[in-house]
Amino acid sequence: MYELVRGPLAWAAFIIFIAGSLYRILYMLAGSKKEKVVFPHMSLKHSLASLVHWVIPFNNQYMKQRPVFTAVSFAFHICLIVTPIFLLAHIILWDESWNISWWSLSETITDYMTIIVIAGCIFFLYRRLTDPVVKNVTDGSDYLLLAITALPFITGFIAYHQWFDYKTMLIIHILAGEIMLIAIPFTRLSHMLFFVFTRSYFGSEQGHVKHSKDW
Amino acid sequence: MRPTIVKREPVVDDAMDRAEAKLTPQQIEKVINEVIDKETGGRLWTYINTCIHCGLCSEACHWFLSNDRDVSFAPVTKVKDTLWVMLKNKGAVDAAFIKRCSQIAHTECNVCRRCGMYCPFGIDIAYMMLVVRRICAKLEMVPLYLQDTVHSHAATMNQMWVKPDEWIDTLQWQEEEGQGYVPSARLPLEKEGAEIMYSVIGPEPKFLAQLLGNITVIMKVAGCDWTMPATAGWDNSNMAMYSGDFEVMARVERLHYETAQRLKVKKIVMGECGHAFRGAEYDGPTWIGWMRPPIPLVHAISFYYDLIKSGRIKIAKQIEGPVTVQYPCNVIRNAGLGSKLQYIMNAVCENFVDLIPNDRHAYCCNAGGGTINCGPPWKKIRVQSARLQSENFKRTGAHTIVTPCHNCHSGIEDVVDGYKLGMKVKFFSELLIEAMEIPEHLKA
Ligand code: HEM
Ligand code: HEM
Ligand code: SF4
Ligand code: SF4
Ligand code: SF4
Repeated sequence: MYELVRGPLAWAAFIIFIAGSLYRILYMLAGSKKEKVVFPHMSLKHSLASLVHWVIPFNNQYMKQRPVFTAVSFAFHICLIVTPIFLLAHIILWDESWNISWWSLSETITDYMTIIVIAGCIFFLYRRLTDPVVKNVTDGSDYLLLAITALPFITGFIAYHQWFDYKTMLIIHILAGEIMLIAIPFTRLSHMLFFVFTRSYFGSEQGHVKHSKDW
Repeated sequence: MRPTIVKREPVVDDAMDRAEAKLTPQQIEKVINEVIDKETGGRLWTYINTCIHCGLCSEACHWFLSNDRDVSFAPVTKVKDTLWVMLKNKGAVDAAFIKRCSQIAHTECNVCRRCGMYCPFGIDIAYMMLVVRRICAKLEMVPLYLQDTVHSHAATMNQMWVKPDEWIDTLQWQEEEGQGYVPSARLPLEKEGAEIMYSVIGPEPKFLAQLLGNITVIMKVAGCDWTMPATAGWDNSNMAMYSGDFEVMARVERLHYETAQRLKVKKIVMGECGHAFRGAEYDGPTWIGWMRPPIPLVHAISFYYDLIKSGRIKIAKQIEGPVTVQYPCNVIRNAGLGSKLQYIMNAVCENFVDLIPNDRHAYCCNAGGGTINCGPPWKKIRVQSARLQSENFKRTGAHTIVTPCHNCHSGIEDVVDGYKLGMKVKFFSELLIEAMEIPEHLKA
């Protein structure tokens, strides 16, 4: 079982993640080409201006207006992306299979970062259950996305601490990670892919065409 | 997904009730799929597939905030209750649903784009509400009064059923009014090759003719070479843009620019109106495929800014006492004229008290986006949902609110009335006329 999830399934997950992401982005671009306004409105300068104001924490008025959310959201997303990439255990696997390796974070730090991601998921879950607006637009898919996001971190954490049966936990972890990779292009987790584009378009329409700003 | 709990007083709107009675499921399905497939593309698809259902946009919307955070007014809820269902059911929805869509998109959203500025992805919910309006309009599900203005546009090429002779009579009458201030003032009709064509919205000759007298004086004092058309094409307003009847919208915008081209002017200066600017500057040209206006279009705020800044108009006596302003979304958030508006307000008023929030973050007056044009049946909820902005006005302690937009003007008159603010509502040009210097040689 370990050989299967570690080998062919991992291959499949990465291929689907990369190919699927490319497909979705190309599909989006083709759809945008169909529209008269999208490409003529784009401007590099205003796209970058918009991104600078929305990728850097507390760099626009609305983020300042909701400091707790902003802090959680940034901590969550930074740890979510940085942890798996600079995790020693992952890098060792890359090294074993491909003979490539890069700089890693200390295991204590990645352990804390994992906790931050899990805490972030709990925060989002809490909002989903209590904030009336969020609750009203929530259905099963939103909980599923949260679960897909949280599971690799929860199972990775358990495996690292060698709770329960290590081998089984590791297999579950790897499966959870693979599910997440596959889910990114084909669910609303694709917001990761589209963020740059939606922001760039709105920033361009707002700045280049409407001579205003979007922050 | 559980349906949204919606509590509204029943409203009778004859046109919508009639449409509800006659629409068939087949018609509805066909139109929805046609609009989604043929008229939308990457934007709608990406917005729907990116929205993470976080609800952050709700904080932007004055409808939501003014109604004690009633979730049925939150921007993302408006999308849920319209497009999410249409897309999920592939257009298989009933007439009652389409009626509710029109209620949401036409009467409970000003397409002011504030929520787009507050969504972390920049998802443009106002655009999506315009898609919903488009679907409703193709199904003839449009509030009665709004549809009447669209009929007027289609039949007369102006919004208010103004007849050609009434138009010319009004201009001549207002030329004489202007001459009461400055005897040599002229309102030049059909002057080919003038630098400026001045255009206004339909309600000006109908209800607010004195504004035409004012501009006659201002143009004279500033020494501008200007003209107005004697033919249709003088009306720059465009309610068809807001109903969703984009074919009529395009006809209106085309004629407006063709009239300017016929008069061989260098630019169009337009009166104080937000939505008219939006239609002529953006929505019209992009729908037609021009992208940008073929002749430069200058909003009154920019025009007065240039005249005051360059000293062509001098201020003799500033307006006394605290004065505040409504920042019209369509020329501020969506056209970037905020600092120019602040400049001219400070120039003309002794004590300009700014709003909080101001500039592009200011709240909509809640009349825009065609909601005020939905008429008396929808007035109560509209005024009720402007509570937030009424409180913002109250805090300024101003005696006058300046509204460089016709929709804002009428909407804020209702707000002042409804919340007993006891403030006057004026256009900027009305202040300018009072404050500006009339040079000796022009005086009687
Ligand atoms: C696709 C194949 C994947 C494989 C083969 C894999 C493998 C591993 C292994 C071997 C460990 C180490 C367990 C230990 O320390 O004993 C681990 C830990 C971890 N993995 Fe993965 N992983 C995968 C995907 C992912 C993904 C997609 C994520 C998150 C986005 C992720 C997040 C983590 C985390 C957070 C830890 C534990 C960190 C800690 O608490 O110290 N993994 N993974
Ligand atoms: C560069 C990549 C990404 C960007 C720019 C991004 C951006 C965002 C933004 C703007 C939100 C809205 C709420 C907020 O501000 O926190 C959000 C929410 C969220 N994102 Fe991401 N994201 C990215 C990658 C990811 C990835 C890879 C995942 C998981 C696989 C993820 C999972 C989530 C979750 C679970 C939420 C919260 C949804 C809720 O409210 O329940 N994001 N993201
Ligand atoms: S466009 Fe304006 S009125 Fe409409 S939902 Fe957004 S904030 Fe509210
Ligand atoms: S803020 Fe943006 S992503 Fe969040 S619910 Fe509103 S539209 Fe969707
Ligand atoms: S009426 Fe005025 S404030 Fe309201 S949307 Fe138009 S421009 Fe905005």
